[in-house]
Amino acid sequence: MANAAAFRVCPETGLKVCHHAEILIKANAVVAVVFLAIGGLFGLLVALTRWPAVHILPADLFYLALTAHGADVLLFWIIFFEIAVLYFASAVLLNSRLAAPKWAWFAFALMLVGALMANVAVLQGESSVMFTSYVPMKAAPHFYLGLIVFAVGALIACFVFFGTLVIARQERTYEGSIPLVTFGAVTAAVIAVYTIASGAIILIPTFLWSVGIIPHLDSIMYKVVWWGMGHSSQQINVSAHVAVWYAIAAMVLGAKPLSEKVSRTAFLLYIAFLQLASAHHLLVDPGISSSWKVFNTSYAIYLAVLGSMIHGMSVPGAIEAAQRRRGLTQGAFDWLRRAPWGNPAFSGMVLSVIMFGFLGGISGVVLGTEQLNLIMHNTLYVPGHFHATVVAGTTLAFMAITYLVVPLIFRKEIMFPGMARWQPYLFGLGAMGISFFMMGAGTLGVSRRHWDMTFADAVLKFEYPPAAFLMMGLNGISALLATLGGIMFIVIVVGSVFFGKPRDEAAIKRNPVIGPSGGAAVSQYGGEATFNLPGTTILVAVFFVSFVLYYFINWKYLSEVWPLR
Amino acid sequence: MAETPSGGPAGDPQGERLPPMQLLLDNPFLLLFIGVAVPAVLYTIWGVMEVAQIPVAQ
Repeated sequence: MANAAAFRVCPETGLKVCHHAEILIKANAVVAVVFLAIGGLFGLLVALTRWPAVHILPADLFYLALTAHGADVLLFWIIFFEIAVLYFASAVLLNSRLAAPKWAWFAFALMLVGALMANVAVLQGESSVMFTSYVPMKAAPHFYLGLIVFAVGALIACFVFFGTLVIARQERTYEGSIPLVTFGAVTAAVIAVYTIASGAIILIPTFLWSVGIIPHLDSIMYKVVWWGMGHSSQQINVSAHVAVWYAIAAMVLGAKPLSEKVSRTAFLLYIAFLQLASAHHLLVDPGISSSWKVFNTSYAIYLAVLGSMIHGMSVPGAIEAAQRRRGLTQGAFDWLRRAPWGNPAFSGMVLSVIMFGFLGGISGVVLGTEQLNLIMHNTLYVPGHFHATVVAGTTLAFMAITYLVVPLIFRKEIMFPGMARWQPYLFGLGAMGISFFMMGAGTLGVSRRHWDMTFADAVLKFEYPPAAFLMMGLNGISALLATLGGIMFIVIVVGSVFFGKPRDEAAIKRNPVIGPSGGAAVSQYGGEATFNLPGTTILVAVFFVSFVLYYFINWKYLSEVWPLR
Repeated sequence: MAETPSGGPAGDPQGERLPPMQLLLDNPFLLLFIGVAVPAVLYTIWGVMEVAQIPVAQ
């Protein structure tokens, strides 16, 4: 039974906060930020090496840094933070106790041990196989073992989340259906289970192969199953950061989704179809039919894209509806002009929505089209795309909600508020540049994962166009900007958590982080039930025009690669 | 079922038969089944079968 002494009532949201959930959210969030710092540093080294004028690392260290960067930011930072989001969206938003706190701690310990083990393996220099670790490249056995242990921990944490949903329902801690943010977290957890199962299916035999028990692994078989984990792990991010968008809009502005049913249906499309995008990494591989490739990357994934477009309209629509409800009704964009742009939680969320949609979303559809994929497959366009989704989309969204987590869960004032106001813009500008310039270089044919784009020591010479070198220089400058934004984030968060002023009643009155009815909006079922949204309609039209133009520009590129004569 | 602006789904969940879609969306374990079964069949199993059918080089 629930123990009343194990809860506190949040004075800002009015929600009951389970003590175990609160401590676990803090632990997972803190470790996540540590891995963001480590992985971000490796990312800077990668970018500076790929900048031809700087070219800072020798080849062996470049591949080591690239492997560490991928594992630390694509897996460890993101998934530790997502576990914190899952506990927040279940125990806190549903006013429930956390299921099996001891198992949750065990999961945390496994994830931490696994992440450290994989990092040690990479830093020892014998596991520079990059994030994908394609066979027959072989890493040290403890690299694979570390990933397996981490995945088992994450799986246990997902089931703690599902258990908490069951407890909340049984103990009737909420009425009706779960709120939309929790539903988004369910979506992330469902995709996580498929992701981790795929990882187990492929990483366990790979570990056995690395210790010599299994003599051979088929490389294409490996790629098919591995991408079930590798790409789907990024779909956990998408679901989680969309849930975070709704959460921030609700908490800061009291915004409710335009329609709960429509938004939940969009999440259902994610649950069924989003993982199928994994196939875009195999579009040029032999031995797999076009039916499999086209069905997974085009027909099925377009249903998930439909889900993203629904969210892309629903989130700004919810903000507009909430602002208009508060009287900001002049013209089409008064609600947007007078939004709280100085609040880093809000500005980070809006930048995340824009860049995820315009850069990550559109480029994802282009990459997923079998014919267009041929122009940029395995070029820098691919990391350009996923930096738009994972860095500009997910990381920025997670940074944004951290500005609410620190005052609400850690109960500390944000230190350096002036720096915090600018941090999302600087990091967002850097992330946008990284994505944009890598996609530009990729369109010009620059290969991904290559240490030296000048091919200085190659027997057969090859020269990329000068514009490609310019793109890589601008990518390096953007990486410096993003790093500066990342350092500002770490300084603000670490400073606030460890040295910040406690958030007492006077501080809450002086500097409220929750908007009017924000606590109810984030934790209860219900929509705005209005579609009087002229500003959002114009923004969505701009998005569609950009989408269509860019899509057809790429068909034009394709016609130049393979002219019909 | 009508959706209310601020509360839960309209109507009394105890006294009214919920539509099938609502039942689906309210059942996380059914969602878990769909989210694992659909990609497992369409991506993993179908893909593995195609790779397994590649003839072995002589």
